[in-house]
Amino acid sequence: MKKLLTTAAISATIIMGASAQAGTLDDVKKKGFLNCGVSTALPGFSNPTDKGSWKGIDVDTCKAVAAAVFGDANKVKYVPLTAKERFTALQSGEVDLLSRNTTWTLTRDGGLGLNFAGVNYYDGQGFMVSKKLGVKSAKELDGATVCVQAGTTTELNLADYFRTNKMSFKPITFDTADQTASAFDSGRCDVLTSDQSQLYALRIKLKNPKGAIVLPEVISKEPLGPVVRQGDDEWFNITKWSLNAMINAEELGVTQANVDKMKKSDNPNIQRLLGVTGGMGSKLNLGDEWAYNIVKQVGNYGESFERNVGEGSPLKIQRGINALWNKGGFMYAPPIR
Amino acid sequence: MLEPVYSPAFKKHPLQWIQINLFYDWFSSVMTLLVGYLLVSFLPALIDWIFISADWFGSSREDCSGEGACWVFIGARFDQFIYGFYPPEEYWRVNLATVLLIALMVPLFFENFTKKAWLIAFLLIGYPVIAKILFAGGVFGLEQVDTEQWGGLMLTLIIATVGIIASLPIGILVALGRRSEMPIIRWLCVSFIEVMRGVPLITILFMASVMLPLFMPEGVSFDKLMRAMIGITLFQAAYMAEVIRGGLQAIPKGQYEAADSLGLNYFQKMGFIILPQALKLVIPGIVNTFIALFKDTSLILIIGLFELSGIMKAALNDPDWLGFAIEGYLFAALIYWIFCFGMSRYSMRVEAKLNTGHR
Repeated sequence: MKKLLTTAAISATIIMGASAQAGTLDDVKKKGFLNCGVSTALPGFSNPTDKGSWKGIDVDTCKAVAAAVFGDANKVKYVPLTAKERFTALQSGEVDLLSRNTTWTLTRDGGLGLNFAGVNYYDGQGFMVSKKLGVKSAKELDGATVCVQAGTTTELNLADYFRTNKMSFKPITFDTADQTASAFDSGRCDVLTSDQSQLYALRIKLKNPKGAIVLPEVISKEPLGPVVRQGDDEWFNITKWSLNAMINAEELGVTQANVDKMKKSDNPNIQRLLGVTGGMGSKLNLGDEWAYNIVKQVGNYGESFERNVGEGSPLKIQRGINALWNKGGFMYAPPIR
Repeated sequence: MLEPVYSPAFKKHPLQWIQINLFYDWFSSVMTLLVGYLLVSFLPALIDWIFISADWFGSSREDCSGEGACWVFIGARFDQFIYGFYPPEEYWRVNLATVLLIALMVPLFFENFTKKAWLIAFLLIGYPVIAKILFAGGVFGLEQVDTEQWGGLMLTLIIATVGIIASLPIGILVALGRRSEMPIIRWLCVSFIEVMRGVPLITILFMASVMLPLFMPEGVSFDKLMRAMIGITLFQAAYMAEVIRGGLQAIPKGQYEAADSLGLNYFQKMGFIILPQALKLVIPGIVNTFIALFKDTSLILIIGLFELSGIMKAALNDPDWLGFAIEGYLFAALIYWIFCFGMSRYSMRVEAKLNTGHR
């Protein structure tokens, strides 16, 4: 049934994809707000706060695009979507932008009539172990009992990794992430494996979060990023460069706090970014202050990361591979010039 | 004539009561001891966790000691559990609609209130319009609140109420249609029931939320809540139809023939003779369907609508409040239980009132 539905949905989206129209920017401007598809709730990525607003690193991408288009990061209507609905919602025009921890793969990029506009979080499968075990690397996990969620690619990646490294392991599978975490907590397994972003969220739920560490190895590639409809290059560019502006701002040291002062900077890169010179905004059919508004209202990439998932949040995820390219990570944005 | 004689008054001594009810023979003695042991070993810890060691006041997770339940979490999010993302300054509209509904329902419980038919007609036709205006706004200077902002218990109740009110009449019509002698109508009703009953509710909701938008022209979006409500209503109407058909079949043939021989036409026969008897017979079945519907509303979380259990799930994923799943789900379960238990009690009352002694 599921397969049939998916097939039907994909064939229907392909038909729709051909008829996808340009002009999302005009539509959005006419509506006066951005319809942004987010996750129903994923800690640190998008979740409703007790005040009823939304926060998270994916939510910040929505805000950045709204800031670039309207000069007001609050002109966003968040549409919570489940994993199964997300692509249809984008294709049918229910949302203008999908920013919902979606992994960039060839099938999705090529087969669904979608375009990935970049990567705002490099996720990947990792391991969490109890500190008491004294393990420093995943290579030392030979013979370990591993708690894993059943029926996920996580399970397959785990088997592949242990086979490639010629190690043995004993899997214990569970239906939900919470069950997996409580089994780890009660000592039924030595290791818990899941996507790294998930591991940090699960760690908070443990009785003693400080007693567990996440090992540095990442054994799968899960680049997550914002998605737009194929066939509207103007809108694709705006989304792509809104994200790039946040990353460039971090690289240039422009923050939410100093952005006004930075406008007077002599650095030509900063001047171009903030619209003092160069007229970059008009090339995207936006105002020249587009990136200034993003940094002023949302912050640069590093600030967004720290606030939502990093040290400033309960998750306390290390920057790791999500650090800037010149600081040992993968975050690299083409220059604004 | 003799006065009726009751069995001899037998006032039980407490010890006797214990002996008869708890230690009647060796089997019941063993069971009593076993259950008693379980209660003694679990209950104190449970009560301690829920009440004594629990944290009741505060505003963040730092206020929770972790020794007992952390009800601070429920407190911090209480408004959201009830109203979803409804703007706080507009809560009064939801409250007003609720108070109005209760005020309109109260007279129905009084035996000597005579205009019940009018009141019910108003409840079914007038009230939904008023409620819609209050909830959605956009007219009479009320600020517009989109259905995306509806949520929590409020959304659960709206969907359940709409489903209950709409599925009963549809179910009656379909049940009558299924027993109709006109082949086209009969087959239409049979296929409606078999299709709706033959697939899980989740499938219908998915069709409504994922497939339907693909068949509509781009840019035309049909409110997601509306789609979900139609799906749930049609689904429950099929079940309702079968429950009511059971009642129709239980009415003796003589009743139909008697109505016919009085010269009543079809609608008079059904409206005055058959349905009042049939519906009364199947009250437990109808209420059973209502309760199932009420709980089924929690399925709409899979299409991204935040009714009570959906908003609970969202709240549990807030990084500031990770790890309070037990408290959250206990609270949600309590609310569901209160409403389902209320419905069940109400149905018992109605049954007792309508009991004409045939059973």
